[in-house]
Amino acid sequence: MTTAVASGAGAEFRTQLRGFRQVQRLAYECAEAVAARLEPGVTEREAARMQREWLRERGVRDWFHLPFAWFGDRTAFTDFRVPLQFFPTGRRLEPGMPFILDMAPVYGGFTADIGYSGSLGPNPVQRRLMADLEAHRALILREVRERRPLREIYEDVDRLMVRQGYANRHRAYPFGVIAHKVDRVRERRFSPRLFGFGTQSLKGLASDALHGHREGWSPLWSPYRFSDHPPRPGLWAVEPHLGFRGTGAKFEEVLVVTDSADPEQSAFWLDDDLPHVRHWAEEK
Amino acid sequence: MTVLDGARERWVRTGGVELCVAELGDPHRPTVVLVHGYPDSKEVWSEVATRLADRFHVVLYDVRGHGRSTAPSPLRGGFTLDKLTDDFLAVADAVSPGRPVHLVGHDWGSVQSWEFVTVKRTEGRIASFTSMSGPSLDHFGHWINRRLRRPTPRRVGQLLGQGAKSWYVYLLHTPVLPELAWRGPLGKRWPGILRRIEKVPGGDYPTPSLPSDAAHGAWLYRDNVRPRLRRPRDDAYAHAPVQLITPLGDAFLSERLYDELELWAPRLTRRTLPAKHWVPRTRPDRLADWITEFVTAVDAGRPEAAASGKYADRFGGQLVLVTGAGNGIGRATAFAFAEAGARVVAVDRDAEAAARTAELSRLIGAPAAWAETVDVSDEQAMEKLADKVAAEYGVVDVLVNNAGIGMSGSFFDTTPEDWKKVLDVNLWGVIHGCRLFGRQMAERGQGGHIVNTASAAAFQPSRALPAYSTSKAAVLMLSECLRAELAGQEIGVTAVCPGLVNTNITSTAHFAGVDADEEIRRQRRTARLYGLRNYPPEKVANAVLEAVVRNRAVVPVTPEARGAHLLSRFVPGALRRLARVKPPL
Repeated sequence: MTTAVASGAGAEFRTQLRGFRQVQRLAYECAEAVAARLEPGVTEREAARMQREWLRERGVRDWFHLPFAWFGDRTAFTDFRVPLQFFPTGRRLEPGMPFILDMAPVYGGFTADIGYSGSLGPNPVQRRLMADLEAHRALILREVRERRPLREIYEDVDRLMVRQGYANRHRAYPFGVIAHKVDRVRERRFSPRLFGFGTQSLKGLASDALHGHREGWSPLWSPYRFSDHPPRPGLWAVEPHLGFRGTGAKFEEVLVVTDSADPEQSAFWLDDDLPHVRHWAEEK
Repeated sequence: MTVLDGARERWVRTGGVELCVAELGDPHRPTVVLVHGYPDSKEVWSEVATRLADRFHVVLYDVRGHGRSTAPSPLRGGFTLDKLTDDFLAVADAVSPGRPVHLVGHDWGSVQSWEFVTVKRTEGRIASFTSMSGPSLDHFGHWINRRLRRPTPRRVGQLLGQGAKSWYVYLLHTPVLPELAWRGPLGKRWPGILRRIEKVPGGDYPTPSLPSDAAHGAWLYRDNVRPRLRRPRDDAYAHAPVQLITPLGDAFLSERLYDELELWAPRLTRRTLPAKHWVPRTRPDRLADWITEFVTAVDAGRPEAAASGKYADRFGGQLVLVTGAGNGIGRATAFAFAEAGARVVAVDRDAEAAARTAELSRLIGAPAAWAETVDVSDEQAMEKLADKVAAEYGVVDVLVNNAGIGMSGSFFDTTPEDWKKVLDVNLWGVIHGCRLFGRQMAERGQGGHIVNTASAAAFQPSRALPAYSTSKAAVLMLSECLRAELAGQEIGVTAVCPGLVNTNITSTAHFAGVDADEEIRRQRRTARLYGLRNYPPEKVANAVLEAVVRNRAVVPVTPEARGAHLLSRFVPGALRRLARVKPPL
């Protein structure tokens, strides 16, 4: 395993960030390309395969997790009880339906984990949800810079969602996480997957969990006591997920946390040139 | 003619009879033709017609042999559906030449309108059809045949049920006796019977022509029922969009009759109404709303209702007011009603939260939603709100008194100010709501429903919540008493007892007898506990809608609330012991 991106200085740090930024852009390009090809009748499985093939053609060989696709009320994880329900199904896309594409490719040893929400044709509820996510992106960054315990930030995001009238749907993810750490991954010729998750990445997460357990932090940013610690330097894939009566929307992108004393440098979004950020800027 | 003020009358001659036709409203507007049933005359529509007259060209006519129209001679064979179709076409041509009309039928008016809307020769003359309490005889015939051919227990039950409800049809087939009864004692008693059993308000309905209407109208049954039920037409498909309004308390027609109606009317909008058979007399506001909405939608080229919620047939277009709609159960309830197509008034003391609820309600299906900033414990503010709502939005159909605050702490720690605060909101808020909006409902006399949010604490005593539990127990009993009082006016009252639900009542609750820091700690701690329990307010909202639909009296929602409700009835001692436990805070 390569060491975590810990220090906020140095050329190596900047090179590494470039690598992460490159794969995150690639993943968002993939999401936009696949979203443009979605049409009525496409199933979730087909959409997931489209993402996989698009990325394979561009050299992705390993995954943090295989691409997901959720359509209709599955974007809000309606009636999800077991994790197997996250996997793509035969649900077909219909006009006006919301959808979410979620993928985590590894490219050149760098991991991205992104989420892309949209709808097939106009969907006012989905549009509203996306617009309201902007406040969450700002809130998370502000509170991470304030070095507030992750558990409290989680609760503040929760409160903002409730005030907005929405339900917290990232609660449905394993451990109810709003974010998790991502890291560099050693490239191997053989990279098997366990329930859709790359074993290399799982290994990294497990070793982080072990270290964290000894040192009092966790690579999973959850509502539970094990997240009651200030933000840990490293790369966090943050994914606030709003749900409103059968429609869900999220974004997912990497937040860089460093141990720098300068607030601006202590935490920042890896890339501000992403589809949802551009969209918010256009709306203004 | 006193009941139809301002109507223009004309006579239409067709097939040997003269029909009395009345018109209201601007003839350049879309034409709505109202067809009356049995034993009635066009005056049955007077309340609905006057409400529609501002928006539409409203046309009513007395069916042959009824009211002031003349009767065919001989009577036998003069009332076939074929001849009634001739009459309708003659009227339509006279009042709206060249433009299709929107048809509305009640009872036999609906039965014959089904014939109009399913025969070839009226194609292009009918723009839409709103049916209430009158199935097509052809559809009815097929409905019976399907059940006879494969008589499963359920289908036999449906057959027997409708068979029993049709007793009067058999009687009307006996010769002479019905005429004698109607011209004699039954004709005299009928207005009283309508008032007592059907709750039809008195006044100038029914008209003095009732005995002859009823006597002639018997031939509607004799000329059509047997031939059509024996050999129903196979091609009775509606060629216009249909809106079906089903009164759920109809003594003469089972709602099951319409189970397969989509086969015959593919463009179907369903509506249900908790009312008895004579809806044009008992629910004119609701009908006028639904007719207006449907006719406008069809003219604009979109006959299907926009709302998708589970109870859209029931709450579409209704006015629902929810207090405490800024968050938690109130907000979820407002959203659930919005999804069912209701118009929503979201009341909260937090203006921003109320506005948000109204805005999102519009996004998910409410045709209109408004935010009102009011503290429910403020009597004058509530009175002002009631006046404003009545003047600007109309009479509330469903009132949800949901606003409430939490209060915890031992009895001796609870100060008189604490008591006053919790009772002001939790009890007085409900009292003001029921008093002001309930009175408007009762005065309108067209039914309605009141939901009061009580709590599982209303029947589960606890040493930790003396003030809160007292206020909620009072709400529960208030609801029960009010339910008894309003039952005669067809206004239902429900007390909803949610239980532990994940809302922010915990983080705004007051903990008596501790300092500010400790209070914040306890608020956080309870919020986390409630979060772990994680019972979503949306489920409570669904329970509220279902309670209104089924007119339930007391509705415990979460499993623990239901358990406590059962225990309180059968093993109250266990609850008392439970009440002594100090909650871990």
